[in-house]
Amino acid sequence: MAELFIELFSEEIPSGMQARAANDLGSLLTKALDGLNPRDLRIFFGARRIAAVLSVDAEIPARSVSERGPREGAPEKALEGFTRKHGVTPGDLTLENGFWVLNKSLDPVSAESRVAEAVPELLWKFPWPKSMRWGEGSNFTWVRPLRRIACMLDGHVVPFALARDGDDAHGLKASNLSEGHRFLAPGAFEILSGQQWKDELETRSVIVDMDSRRDMVRTGVARLADQHGITVVQDDGLVDEVCGLVEYPVPLLGKIDAAFMDLPAEVMQVSMRINQRYFALRNPDGSAAPYFAFIGNLPFKDGGKLTTAGNERVLRARFADARHFWDLDRKTKLADRVPALAAVTFHAKLGTQAERAERISKLAGTVAQAMGLDGAQIAQAERAGLLAKADLTTGMVGEFPELQGVMGGYYAAHDGEDEAVSRAVAEHYLPRGQSDETAKAPVSVAVALADRLDLLAGFFAIGELPSGSGDPYALRRAALGIIRTIRDNGLRLDLTELFTQAENGRTGGELAKLPDFIAERLRVQLRSEGERHDVLAAILTRGLDGDLVRLLARTSALSEMIQTEDGRNLLAAAKRAANILRIEDKKDGPHTGAPNPALYTQDEERALAAGLDQAVPAIETALKEERFTDAMQAIAALRPTLDRFFEAVTVNAPEPEVRANRLRLLSRFRETTALIADFGQIEG
Amino acid sequence: MSATRPLCFQDLILRLHQFWSEKGCAILQPYDTELGAGTLSPHTTLRALGPKPWAAAYVQPCRRPSDGRYGENPNRLQHYYQYQVLLKPTPEDSQQLLLDSYRAIGIDPELHDIRFVEDDWENPTIGAWGLGWEVWCDGMEVSQFTYFQQVGGIPTVMPSTELTYGLERLAMYVQGVENVYDLDFNGRGLTYGDVFLRAEQDYSRHNFELADTQMLLTHFNDAERESIRLSEAGVAQPAYDQCLKASHLFNLLDARGVISVSERASYIGRVRALAKAACDAWLAGEEETSHG
Repeated sequence: MAELFIELFSEEIPSGMQARAANDLGSLLTKALDGLNPRDLRIFFGARRIAAVLSVDAEIPARSVSERGPREGAPEKALEGFTRKHGVTPGDLTLENGFWVLNKSLDPVSAESRVAEAVPELLWKFPWPKSMRWGEGSNFTWVRPLRRIACMLDGHVVPFALARDGDDAHGLKASNLSEGHRFLAPGAFEILSGQQWKDELETRSVIVDMDSRRDMVRTGVARLADQHGITVVQDDGLVDEVCGLVEYPVPLLGKIDAAFMDLPAEVMQVSMRINQRYFALRNPDGSAAPYFAFIGNLPFKDGGKLTTAGNERVLRARFADARHFWDLDRKTKLADRVPALAAVTFHAKLGTQAERAERISKLAGTVAQAMGLDGAQIAQAERAGLLAKADLTTGMVGEFPELQGVMGGYYAAHDGEDEAVSRAVAEHYLPRGQSDETAKAPVSVAVALADRLDLLAGFFAIGELPSGSGDPYALRRAALGIIRTIRDNGLRLDLTELFTQAENGRTGGELAKLPDFIAERLRVQLRSEGERHDVLAAILTRGLDGDLVRLLARTSALSEMIQTEDGRNLLAAAKRAANILRIEDKKDGPHTGAPNPALYTQDEERALAAGLDQAVPAIETALKEERFTDAMQAIAALRPTLDRFFEAVTVNAPEPEVRANRLRLLSRFRETTALIADFGQIEG
Repeated sequence: MSATRPLCFQDLILRLHQFWSEKGCAILQPYDTELGAGTLSPHTTLRALGPKPWAAAYVQPCRRPSDGRYGENPNRLQHYYQYQVLLKPTPEDSQQLLLDSYRAIGIDPELHDIRFVEDDWENPTIGAWGLGWEVWCDGMEVSQFTYFQQVGGIPTVMPSTELTYGLERLAMYVQGVENVYDLDFNGRGLTYGDVFLRAEQDYSRHNFELADTQMLLTHFNDAERESIRLSEAGVAQPAYDQCLKASHLFNLLDARGVISVSERASYIGRVRALAKAACDAWLAGEEETSHG
């Protein structure tokens, strides 16, 4: 066993690419060195390097392989080609089972020579998302110039060069050298082992383990915040990003000028995050604290005094910009911005944002009405729908698109719009993602739904559907947003009817596919919650119930039922009946119509008929009254009767009329189960 | 920064000239037509093409008509200076050279936080792109660092390192000044505002209110026609001059607000076509001289 160590030391790698590249390095090495039984892989990455340490066998042992060649009696040419390819003569081949076969014994291959062969190959083909050329014309590319390759087995350099086919590949060769921190420890040092490399880097001010850097950032920022009795706004994405920008993270705290503290907290946070990669902080009451945290790249000689002053100055300039937009934007009422939306194209085939605002407004009113809101709320929904997109023409949203909605809310409030209206303008984008909350305030809910209904109806009408991989208009997310908003708020709406309203007189395109699209999203969502998708499919066979709350209640009642013993047996009986009918219907079916009581010959038949007579109205009433558990119980109660029927009765009786009658009885049973669901869709 | 008085604006430029001169660069003077960025100078754009080495540094006045703020914004100007360095082929120690140049103007990387932050640079008007970084000093972008991969739609056979310093920003940083017009220009009481404030006010009016759009349109079309004709005649740099003029005229039209969103892309495409033709003409001439 030997320790294989590889480090690829380069100029600064984009933060977002480092983890993926280190993973790729690990998995490509594991694959390429398969014969050496690679194991115990550890990967490292940082601003200027990716590295892997793993264990490999000392050699690929001697082994024999056999290659099957052409068939006996194949044309001479084929045999020639085969022997030429393997550098042997026909005398080296043996005849096995009608084929020419070459049995080769392969010599053992040392780890060193395998690594020396595999690694250059891997580096030439390394899958960077974007790579570049540099120097005097070599075609060896890397994400940024690659400066050193360290490659060692148990402390000894594995000798190889990247040069090939006359391309010197920048003269890059394997070595035992690495480098520490750019400013604090410039110059190379010798690597002895993976552990020594890691330790030596630490003494040279590079924390090469990502988890350690994350810890230093998290605990460091938290400690600084704590000293001022404030807390940091959690942002794991930002932690990862800054950890890819620094080799030695040093958290520092800067002050925000009091003159800017009246800016909306979201504006400050986005400006700090997007432009500066700063962490936002909050007072105990949740308001924005007058501080920001940032991560320096080294322990500064002066404790960070100068760099903190510099960062504070930069932030003042940023906030001065933001203040400029904030002040300027508020000079124009949001409502007065609606006409300007006519100059903003939403989609070439779907018109401008102004037309969309009109549609959302109307639809928001319709949804509000369907939700049973009062007249004032319906008017608020229409107003909010009209204003919802107006902030797209503000300077602030132009600068920070991620603030759309939020800014609209602020500006609407500033204009003196009703609280429910400004709130709906702010909240209508909810949920923005999977982990985001849905809207809860009734007017906000109406506008959030209207926005998405219009989006879906519009794109389905022009046939722009998501494909397997691409969903450029985020229609799946919109559908899921509708589903989640309806479920979270327990809204009793008829989606089918609302889609008709959203279609707004449009026809054709792929509009007919919309209900199935929603159904499919619902299925995906339930599956991700660990629900059985087959149960939903069994309910959906009858088409999408536009009332999702009812649909889901029915699904969960069915789900519960088939988990009981009665339910499981009923399911088995239903499948059995369906099987018999499928086979017999093929012979002389269909066997439909009411069974004739006069033709019953056994009590078990009469009992089943009576059971069904009782169950059908009970099920129908329960379904109508949405007592789904009762409906399930009514059918599950048939189980003993059914068991006895199948035990005692031979369906395929010798007398043709008795057989036909029994099949009609089974058919009646199948129709009864169909009231509940398509049991055939349920697995198990 | 040392305890001595920080560099005034003109000394900052002189220090950079001194530094890059010692590193073997030709110190060139600003190009004599209006440019939107230092990259657009033929000393960079044309020289980045082809297989011949090149090393030059120069100050380039840049004009971005729509950035005019009537002299009222402390950070934004419609006319400002870039310090531009082109090193071809890319030196092994490109990054170190940049850092050493910071030391030369008084920025100590052990006191200040210098960072190389990913930046995929692209200039669609001249069909150019490259990979590199924004270089941050204490959270402020003070330079752009690009390894050119393509110019004029043509892959660079010998990639070059381009370093661009925003001189006003850098000077504001070094001097600790928050308003560009307060910059110490010459160390003897003259401020940046003394030199440029009136021009910023007048040009802002010109760019946004006064420039004759009909005339600009006519000039754009003339420049375009002339550029095409000159490229066909194989005189690359004169053709490229006309492309630069068209580019600036487009920027002025844009500032005057007479170009709609959909027209924008088409104008940019027209300028790019001119740049590409001029670059092709340049390369054709380079090949002749290297083989001839």
